[in-house]
Amino acid sequence: MDLHIVGAEANTDERAAVDAALGAPVTGWDGGTHVATRDGRSARGGREASARRDLLLPALHAVQDRVGHISHGALNYICRRLSVPPAEAWGVVTFYHLLSTHPAPPLVVHVCDDIACRARGADGLCRDLEAAWGPPLTHGGHRADPEAHRGAGEAGARRGWMRSPCLGHCEQAPAALALGAGADGVREEWAPVGGAAGIVARAEALERHAGAAPLDEAGRLAALCAVAPQAGSPSLRILRRVGVVDPERLDAYRASGGYVALARALDMGPASVVAEVVASKLMGRGGAAFPTGRKWEAVAREPARPRYVVCNADESEPGTFKDRVLLEGDPFAIVEAMTICGFATGAEYGYVYIRGEYPMAEARMAGAIVAARAAGLLGPDVMGRGVRFDLEIRRGAGAYICGEETALFNSIEGKRGEPRSKPPFPSQVGLFGQPTVVNNVETLANIPDIVREGGDAWAGIGTPGSTGPKLFCVSGHVARPGVYEVPFGQTLGEVLALAGGVPDGRRLQAILLGGAAGVFVGPEALDMPLTFEGARAASATLGSGVVLVFDDTADLPDMLRRIAQFFRDESCGQCVPCRVGTVRQEELLARLAAGGGDRPAAFELLNELGQAMRDASICGLGQTASSAIETAFARLDLHGFGAPR
Amino acid sequence: MSTDSLWYHLPPPSTVVPTPPAEAPRAPVALSIDGREVEVAAGDTVLDACRTAGASVPTLCYLETLTPVNACRLCVVEQEGARVLVPACSRKAEPGMKIQTASPRVRTARKVVLELLASSVDLSTAGELTPLLEEYGAAPGRFGAGAATVAQPVKDDNDLYVRDYGKCVLCYKCVEACGTDAQHTFAIAVAGRGFQAHISTELDVPLPDSACVYCGNCIAVCPTGALMAKPEFLLRQAEQWAPERQAVTDTICPYCGVGCTLTVHVQDQQIVKVTSPIDNGTTRGHLCVKGRFGFEYVHSEPER
Ligand SMILES: Cc1cc2nc3c(=O)[nH]c(=O)nc-3n(C[C@H](O)[C@H](O)[C@H](O)COP(=O)(O)O)c2cc1C
Ligand code: SF4
Ligand code: SF4
Ligand code: SF4
Ligand code: FES
Ligand code: FES
Repeated sequence: MDLHIVGAEANTDERAAVDAALGAPVTGWDGGTHVATRDGRSARGGREASARRDLLLPALHAVQDRVGHISHGALNYICRRLSVPPAEAWGVVTFYHLLSTHPAPPLVVHVCDDIACRARGADGLCRDLEAAWGPPLTHGGHRADPEAHRGAGEAGARRGWMRSPCLGHCEQAPAALALGAGADGVREEWAPVGGAAGIVARAEALERHAGAAPLDEAGRLAALCAVAPQAGSPSLRILRRVGVVDPERLDAYRASGGYVALARALDMGPASVVAEVVASKLMGRGGAAFPTGRKWEAVAREPARPRYVVCNADESEPGTFKDRVLLEGDPFAIVEAMTICGFATGAEYGYVYIRGEYPMAEARMAGAIVAARAAGLLGPDVMGRGVRFDLEIRRGAGAYICGEETALFNSIEGKRGEPRSKPPFPSQVGLFGQPTVVNNVETLANIPDIVREGGDAWAGIGTPGSTGPKLFCVSGHVARPGVYEVPFGQTLGEVLALAGGVPDGRRLQAILLGGAAGVFVGPEALDMPLTFEGARAASATLGSGVVLVFDDTADLPDMLRRIAQFFRDESCGQCVPCRVGTVRQEELLARLAAGGGDRPAAFELLNELGQAMRDASICGLGQTASSAIETAFARLDLHGFGAPR
Repeated sequence: MSTDSLWYHLPPPSTVVPTPPAEAPRAPVALSIDGREVEVAAGDTVLDACRTAGASVPTLCYLETLTPVNACRLCVVEQEGARVLVPACSRKAEPGMKIQTASPRVRTARKVVLELLASSVDLSTAGELTPLLEEYGAAPGRFGAGAATVAQPVKDDNDLYVRDYGKCVLCYKCVEACGTDAQHTFAIAVAGRGFQAHISTELDVPLPDSACVYCGNCIAVCPTGALMAKPEFLLRQAEQWAPERQAVTDTICPYCGVGCTLTVHVQDQQIVKVTSPIDNGTTRGHLCVKGRFGFEYVHSEPER
């Protein structure tokens, strides 16, 4: 390949940002100063540079954070540094919604208008904000209509906002994410935002450099107790430290039983650890419910090396926030679990892929990794036992699809986050083409207990078909939204009761289980046991553990249209059934909402479209994009949605 | 002085052709296609097996010379016991598979895929798709007049070919041909996401500002006419493109020692297009700028 880079050059800021991420360039070949006597004789770059293609996204983040958008010059410079063809790098930039392709205001607030926030007034909030700041930016940092923003005066140049899919703070809805570019750039999660006035006030505070002060230990624990209402209860397992033990201190983690499991695992040997995980019958908590032990076994059996461990912390399923709570509340447990996994499966390196909307979780994990490394719990000689394992964080950039495991690999590798065709499965051909264990955060959070207690004993928790404890993300119209831990086997009604039920004397209208990719059920489903088998029997799914509650005031047709919009926005665009099908699905709902027209024909078309997307799409996104909508029509009273008026 | 020269005493060249170390012969794979038992070589795809069994399976994004991307989903077939349909073009045949190539699920999926394409893309020059739309009873009009499309202005920014992405089905073939499957130039890639995904240079700069070397290999693999060499584009604009009046002759490229096979398409005594046979061992259908576009001199020297 001849790298063909023409045109714009990076400015000083852009170079500084990239060099901070990649190190300084060495020669004229990779973007430094050209020195004839040196660079005239030997070339640098080429294979060596393009082998670090995986640094593409970190380099793009660095520029986005510093400058607020990716200019042609910055793109060119990154391409030269990493020997990536500019057209391919552009394909990557335009894939991610948190990367701007156009100059954007220094502060951009992403306001969630997804289902849980919508149930709590996000749409009105957006209207108020529009009155204050002008119309929202479109993806890429575009001002759809620059004239309209002029009305917002000077503030309009300094701030912009855009609508966002679920930000993973549904329990404190409505939520927003503030991203400010600059050398001292800010990334802050605002939940609850306190209406448009709250957003404006916080933005002004940021501009005065009076943003939120870092929390002290008491503040950290209090914030966690607010999202995990059971905090401190002796019955908890996965959540036992959340809101109780300071997540920023390794000594506190160790004092509360941390790293006992890793020591135990190192004594047991890899094969026994895998055997315990198999015996536990732990099923993946990321949505697909695949037996974790079988995954580990498969990777341990592969002859190829190196192998990798990947923690899937991309959590972007609307209504899901449990992984965020674990990462923020007990980050060392995830580090320990991944280390155990690496030891058990013969992997010496791991990645934690955290969605870009979770700066707090990312900071806590980064802190935990540094502390563990300093204490010899990560690195070339873990616990002095001659075991090598280390970890690295990769930040997502605004793409739900990157939670799909193979899209996640592509994203880490510096490619577009398009899912791969399976087979081959990650256990054979995963990250960088090598055998890879990929597990969800919550799945991993169970590992230390399984190792300490033994798989058989642990399997006694829950039901025979669904072992262990489970987290549920309860949000929407409930008295105490938050993440709740129960042993498998509780009914939907019991979990709802834990969260205080539907408040204000309102009537329960519907529950969305498993998120946008899940299913709707009506009040008659309250007796359904929240187990894999119970959900299957009721033609439902637990998915990622979402329990999103709507009372009788909720506008369900509006929710359905937001879900359709979500899939249209988040489709990677690779395969026809999903790329075009999700657009057609959204159009059909709009047609129904407008009333009139041939209603039966529209329904027939929706069903046929749903079947084709389910049957012929490459990945789970397209395969489940019609599920919530179809179940809503089948099970709920939508008050004649689409009936002729 | 001896007439013997040194080279005369060199040992004769070995007559044994070196072979790579023998791979353990892998057993053929037996599977069932529409109830017919067939055997294919290990590593073959379900599509290979379908073809062996004589079952016709439509394809769009698949091409023998390119790595399968399995993006169009037109080739899906039903595998007994599988939750979803499988793409025949890329799924490896496995022993004991039971495949249905024309079950109701398969036919519905293909019909809807065709409708989704035809309702969003201008397929007027996508010859391979027209008969399929009819065969599957596709009715793209079902989605209504307001259905979103990828319609956009034609990109006519260089002398050699035009890009009409309103006709693009996003089969990835041009990207693969420009990249690792043939040209290794990487001038174009998929940009954007979802329905906004499209083929683009970096920042959508015009081709002359991009890495493009005008090999035209992208044009050769494009199944829809979204990429079209200038002469064909102009003739079509003038409504004078007439494949039935074209004589097609194979010859050898006059430019360099590789000696690529050229297929010259002549209409009204004018060369209107140059291609290369996809099954040609040397070119695999790919050429360079000289072979593909360097034929003007034939027309410009009347005294020859
Ligand atoms: C569209 C899509 C999005 C997904 N998002 C996530 C996610 O955010 N987090 C996650 O753990 N798994 C997600 N998954 C599931 C992963 O592909 C994978 O099954 C999971 O990470 C495996 O971990 P587990 O076995 O521990 O559940 C997603 C799947 C699909 C199809
Ligand atoms: S189903 Fe959707 S998200 Fe998945 S590969 Fe196809 S287009 Fe991409
Ligand atoms: S003409 Fe050749 S180099 Fe140019 S875009 Fe097409 S394949 Fe790439
Ligand atoms: S331009 Fe042609 S070859 Fe390229 S993706 Fe579109 S249809 Fe396929
Ligand atoms: S944060 Fe708004 S829906 Fe989840
Ligand atoms: S031909 Fe198989 S998916 Fe396109």
